[in-house]
Amino acid sequence: MPSHDVLVIGAGLAGQRAALAAAEEGVSVGIISKVHPVRSHSNAAQGGINAALNPGDSWESHAFDTIKGSDYLGDQDAVEIMTREAPEEILHLEHLGVTFHRNEEGKLGTRAFGGASAARTYYVADITGQAIMHVLYEQLMKYSEQIARYEEWFCSSLALDENGECCGVVTRNVADGQMELFTAKSVILCNGGNGQVWRPTTNALICTGDGIAMAYRAGAKLMDMEMIQYHPTTLAGKGFLITEGARGEGAHLLNANGERFMEKYAPNKMELASRDVVSRAEQTEINEGRGFPDGTVALDITVVPKKRVHEALREIVLVGRDFAGVDITREPIHIKPGNHYTMGGVKTDVDGRTDIPGLYSAGETACVSVHGGNRLGANSLLDTLIFGKRSGRDAAARAKRIDYSRPSKQVLEDEENLIADIVGREKGSGRRISEIKLELGQTMDGKVAVFRDEAGIQEALEIVRRLKVEAKTAYIDDHGSVFNQDLIAAIELGYMLDNAECTCVAALERKESRGAQYRTDYPERNDEEWLKHIDLERTDDGPELSYSEVTITQWEPQERTY
Amino acid sequence: MAEYTIKVRRFQPESGEGPYWEEFNVDLDPSLSVLDGLLQAKDKEDGSLAVRCSCRAAICGSCGMKINGQSGLGCKTQIGEAQEQANKMKGATGVTAAEASSPIGAQAPEAQDAVRATGQVEAGPGTTAVTTATEAPIVIEPMGNMPVIKDLITDMESTHWTKIRRVTPWLLPHGEPPEREYIVEPESMIDITQSMACIQCGACVSSCLSMEADPDFIGPAALAKAYRFVGDPRDAETAERLHDLAEDPHGIYDCTHCFSCIDACPKGVAPMDQIMRLRRRAGEEGIEDPNSGHDHEIAFVKIIEKKGTLDESLLLQESFAPGFKGKLKPNRRAIREMIGSIPTAIRGIKTGKMRSLHKLIPGVHPKLPDQDDVKAIYRHAEEHNEELNLYIRGEEGDDAQPDGAAAEEVTNG
Repeated sequence: MPSHDVLVIGAGLAGQRAALAAAEEGVSVGIISKVHPVRSHSNAAQGGINAALNPGDSWESHAFDTIKGSDYLGDQDAVEIMTREAPEEILHLEHLGVTFHRNEEGKLGTRAFGGASAARTYYVADITGQAIMHVLYEQLMKYSEQIARYEEWFCSSLALDENGECCGVVTRNVADGQMELFTAKSVILCNGGNGQVWRPTTNALICTGDGIAMAYRAGAKLMDMEMIQYHPTTLAGKGFLITEGARGEGAHLLNANGERFMEKYAPNKMELASRDVVSRAEQTEINEGRGFPDGTVALDITVVPKKRVHEALREIVLVGRDFAGVDITREPIHIKPGNHYTMGGVKTDVDGRTDIPGLYSAGETACVSVHGGNRLGANSLLDTLIFGKRSGRDAAARAKRIDYSRPSKQVLEDEENLIADIVGREKGSGRRISEIKLELGQTMDGKVAVFRDEAGIQEALEIVRRLKVEAKTAYIDDHGSVFNQDLIAAIELGYMLDNAECTCVAALERKESRGAQYRTDYPERNDEEWLKHIDLERTDDGPELSYSEVTITQWEPQERTY
Repeated sequence: MAEYTIKVRRFQPESGEGPYWEEFNVDLDPSLSVLDGLLQAKDKEDGSLAVRCSCRAAICGSCGMKINGQSGLGCKTQIGEAQEQANKMKGATGVTAAEASSPIGAQAPEAQDAVRATGQVEAGPGTTAVTTATEAPIVIEPMGNMPVIKDLITDMESTHWTKIRRVTPWLLPHGEPPEREYIVEPESMIDITQSMACIQCGACVSSCLSMEADPDFIGPAALAKAYRFVGDPRDAETAERLHDLAEDPHGIYDCTHCFSCIDACPKGVAPMDQIMRLRRRAGEEGIEDPNSGHDHEIAFVKIIEKKGTLDESLLLQESFAPGFKGKLKPNRRAIREMIGSIPTAIRGIKTGKMRSLHKLIPGVHPKLPDQDDVKAIYRHAEEHNEELNLYIRGEEGDDAQPDGAAAEEVTNG
């Protein structure tokens, strides 16, 4: 039974940062990831990372932009911490070797980004997430004696001791199917968001909400689960992301009549308004018949100087060429809003602590909440790093204080029985896993997306609950132990359905429009009744609702215009 | 929508059987990817078909594989293009890519037997595909130079990642970091960002011909990673790194310039270029190339510049003892090398590889008549003496745009 003081689940930016921070405190660390760490979805963050590091910029300005972007649902104490610690974190990354873009003086250079009142986005071409994550992985290799890596190990449930404290994780070595119960004094869930619940999505196939569902099943509270970001510029059908950096570099959005329609919706910030605002504007143009026949509007990057495009938007040149057959330096590319980011997640405090002692969470899995109703571009990398670091430190401090408590073997046996049940289902006994996933994704994208209403969400919830029943008898083809991806997909489907149910329940509950939650039947923001978080806790009859206050320090809610 | 037949080289380790071919019929838009095709087969027909994949957008580097014999990413190869390529290969040679592709003998000897024993295709249960006369199947195999674990999943840890760790893949700066950022040339960051663009997919390793001959070769991916540190002005161990990589017999001089890795790389990292940069830096560091590769390269360029064609009689001496037109200034090493080359030369003569013996006499080899064209090519190359780095240069035919975007370097508060 492997044991580590601190066990990190997920090895994207939050997980790797947490592991490194915990190791710095001198405790033993294990990091588990269902894919090789460099395959993690933090790779996909293209545009950059925000920090008020330039002379003349201030953390207060960054904090205000973030809070306004969140439609005042972000907790201001958490936002303050994130924006205050941001500059130091950028410098830390630079010292580790991240190849940040330089200005002519050889100092760190910035670019403009959506919803921000200053150019404070630090970047590496348009591979910022990848560049940072690969550098953190370099550090994991460097500190391999302090940090044990379990690459391609899948986690299926958390283990609690008799006091209800988290003390371990049930895992499966994907390579050979061996099941293990890992023990730990602190467990940090950093396994990303739940984008795969929607189809299409910009998210990778691995983003199945594992951490959110595992915490929920173990009894931790979830928060803001209705807040799902639709990114304004994704390729129709395939869901590929075109970075906000394109608009940061000056690209225009045009409808089918060639009009720069953002003039109507955000006359000051235009294309660089918050993402929820831009996505709604696009969807309105499309719904009102001013889009292209394929249900899109156009992103015109040809207005950006070509050399600059090749230098700063190279990945997008490749995406356009390889996945849409469009040379973005010569013609506009068709785009539409697409599922992108989970603002909600496992409810944590500013040190990553969940409701369950010993259980931490950071990154997209967690909801601190710094993003509230809508995340600003280039704040997600920052969130992963700041709260990854803080939870790593706090988890290490806890580990130093307490002794190991041994989890009961029962949890391992339960999991083994569950897997035996899935593997033993006869072909034709139910639906295929892939069919259920497709129906789920299309349902959620159709009914719980940019514009929502009660009837649609209710319908989606009923479908999700039917799919939960069907998933219990869904069969798989692979009955082996080595790289049984079929089995893992079946377990992930369970995670996805729990995520979907929570999102539907919370979206039904919030009877107002705020951030990413736009209810056509309640089109106004209603601070009097709804300036509060919706928390969800698991019961046998589905999620139980409660509310928690939004922390306000110095920025009172105002009308939100761009 | 169009129908495609994908022919997958499968291996199910728990079956007790060797590898076999299986065909799947899939139906999708030509602009979708080979990976989309595989996932359709997996979703609809056989969930046990194993393939690593995640992002579907050529960012995560999971789905390295061979498509019609060419290493690359499944998600970045459009299935329509893969079909055209398969047809072209069949048209040109009369054999399909599967017939042409050699079994990955080194790591899966049983593969050869299975393929031989079953002819080409062993139709698995549920296979409905019949290859039509006009459309050749799209052939999909696991990556090369790595052991196969299951179907398209290879063991990258024992090969690729072990080699990556070989090059001390983390920054080794001098002393304490500065209070703010390191001040460095902007170009230096752009220069190594080309290496940072590597997503560790292993396609270059899969395609590397040197590694086929020498499995211990550090290889294109790890050496590109090494350049990321050698080229980084913040790294303080540049000389140590260069000595390490040059003195390793499986190091930077083990690359044979075959360009396979450049073709295979889905991200424009051009690993071979990074290896050449390492060699150049090693030369600048005064490290002697045991193969005289650098001198050989210069001799090659110089002879063609003078004669418009390669005078092989001069090449040997020029490579070992630079000094044009037979004016030999051989040092002791050069003489040793030239004497050492005599058996090779004799073997070449015996096997008929060295013909026109009189041309072996230095200076006899005729010049090419059209010297002006040759000179023009050299001039063009001189004028375009920028490195192949899209981050600096943009692409062929771009207009010069000296100004950065307006949004750059804004520092307002």
